[in-house]
Amino acid sequence: MSIKITSGGMLSTIQDTGRTGAQSTGFSVSGVMDRDAYREANHLVGNINGEAVIEMTYNGICAEFLCDTVIAFTGGDFAPTINGLSVPCYHSVAVKRGDILKMGMTNDSMRCYMAVRGGFDVPVVMGSRSTNMKIKTGGFEGRKLRTGDIIPIGKGITNSIKDRALPKPEYNNEIRVILGPQDNYFTKKGIDTFLSCEYTVSDKSDRMGYRFSGAEIENNGTDIISDGIAEGSIQVSSNGQPIIMMADRQTTGGYAKIATVISVDIPKLAQKKPGEKVKFTAVSLKEAQKEYIKKEKYYRTLFLED
Amino acid sequence: MNGKTEFLIAGDRALIIKFGDTIDSETNNCIRSFCSLLERKRIEGIIEVVPTFNSLSVYYNPCVIKGEKLIKKLSSLLKKNGNNSQGGGTTYIIPVLYGGEWGEDLNDVAAHANLTAEEVVKIHSSTDYLIYMLGFLPGFAYLGGLDKRIVTPRLDTPRTKIHAGAVGIGGEQTGIYPLASPGGWRLIGTTPVKIYDADRVEPILYKAGDKIRFESVTEKEFEIIKKQVEDNTYTVKTVKGER
Repeated sequence: MSIKITSGGMLSTIQDTGRTGAQSTGFSVSGVMDRDAYREANHLVGNINGEAVIEMTYNGICAEFLCDTVIAFTGGDFAPTINGLSVPCYHSVAVKRGDILKMGMTNDSMRCYMAVRGGFDVPVVMGSRSTNMKIKTGGFEGRKLRTGDIIPIGKGITNSIKDRALPKPEYNNEIRVILGPQDNYFTKKGIDTFLSCEYTVSDKSDRMGYRFSGAEIENNGTDIISDGIAEGSIQVSSNGQPIIMMADRQTTGGYAKIATVISVDIPKLAQKKPGEKVKFTAVSLKEAQKEYIKKEKYYRTLFLED
Repeated sequence: MNGKTEFLIAGDRALIIKFGDTIDSETNNCIRSFCSLLERKRIEGIIEVVPTFNSLSVYYNPCVIKGEKLIKKLSSLLKKNGNNSQGGGTTYIIPVLYGGEWGEDLNDVAAHANLTAEEVVKIHSSTDYLIYMLGFLPGFAYLGGLDKRIVTPRLDTPRTKIHAGAVGIGGEQTGIYPLASPGGWRLIGTTPVKIYDADRVEPILYKAGDKIRFESVTEKEFEIIKKQVEDNTYTVKTVKGER
């Protein structure tokens, strides 16, 4: 039960929901960038326990299946084909031993997820199968996938497949944030700029952080005594540009954080490509948590057995 | 608490409790004491806590407990905990081979301090350094207490690769690189001890609030310990509390 990678693409890694519980020892969380697409991919193959998937960036993998199984692609449409025939995304796809998967560049968004029934079975390191490339641990040998890798497919707990297709989300360019924890390091003008101007995703963005270029955010100096960095924290660099801390972020850092992206908008952000524009709007903590609970309820219902 | 405790909102799944505006052992001690209280109380919905110099990040699941309610709960616990401080943590004795190829900047540090290399080693290994927090890399400890006499600026050009176990001085800080990493600190020695070992029950040797004492060892001792570490037969010496 495995799949053989014949091309790893630009940046394809094994990820799950990440390594929580060890941030106090300096361990980054890692994990998927787009948790919605991740859960949907797993759902489409009947995985119920948060199995590991392959996260691809900008372009996809090529691979040969060494067993019969069921797969699904979610997130960006990287034009997957099986034996030369195009297969749909957000759809369960049955594959046979010897089938050849080919994928290309993205047709729309930044990251594509491939789930396999039973999950990718790489060793669990500190509670997670996620790849942490910086310290070369977790995932497949702690690194991105490359030609010749043979990834075992696991025997994770599966349900009968309830939905064979799911709708693909449509994203606008609005990223909602909660101001703080250090918005007091910025001038009123700086906060107004941040909330009224468009920012362009920079090509220096990666799994650690989304960098932007746009109007300079006026501040009174952004050095703080290092504190914890939550997912979606928006640091502002010395040249006044926002950097949003993503899955591979460090656990702590010493830049003031003007705001934090709300959890339900992280997947939308994680799918933005360099050159795309976003606009930040402020919401209250209450509103953000209401949205979060609503989304979690939706996924709980999705994964419930009939 | 000193009345300066403040709650900061870090998105919809995290809070930061700020305990003060400075880096000092007293504030850090309050944080550690509160951390252990939280460990005992096990508030439902808290996923993990991360202590830093002067604050504590609390990560939580809003489906289990909403922000406002968690703040109320934490505030009342903070009041109850008062100025409670934690008893001394564990002091870990870290063997270090100073100088030579394993600490190639030792002579530069000595020259900068106008001291001999031996004096630098003596000064560096005669303090118990408080671990204020861990961050940057797994097991990377931010230590307080470096003797002012051996404060040395970082390298102008950081090294692209520093080996795991390297002990260095960077400005007013000293510490150990737990993993191979780029870095700009002046390297004064190397420990054969594994600070991070994914296969250990506790992958990271120490936690915030513990202390580190460096102990100078000879090249021969270094090789023996190195072999024992590789064979998994070495146990790091510890003492409770202060020297």
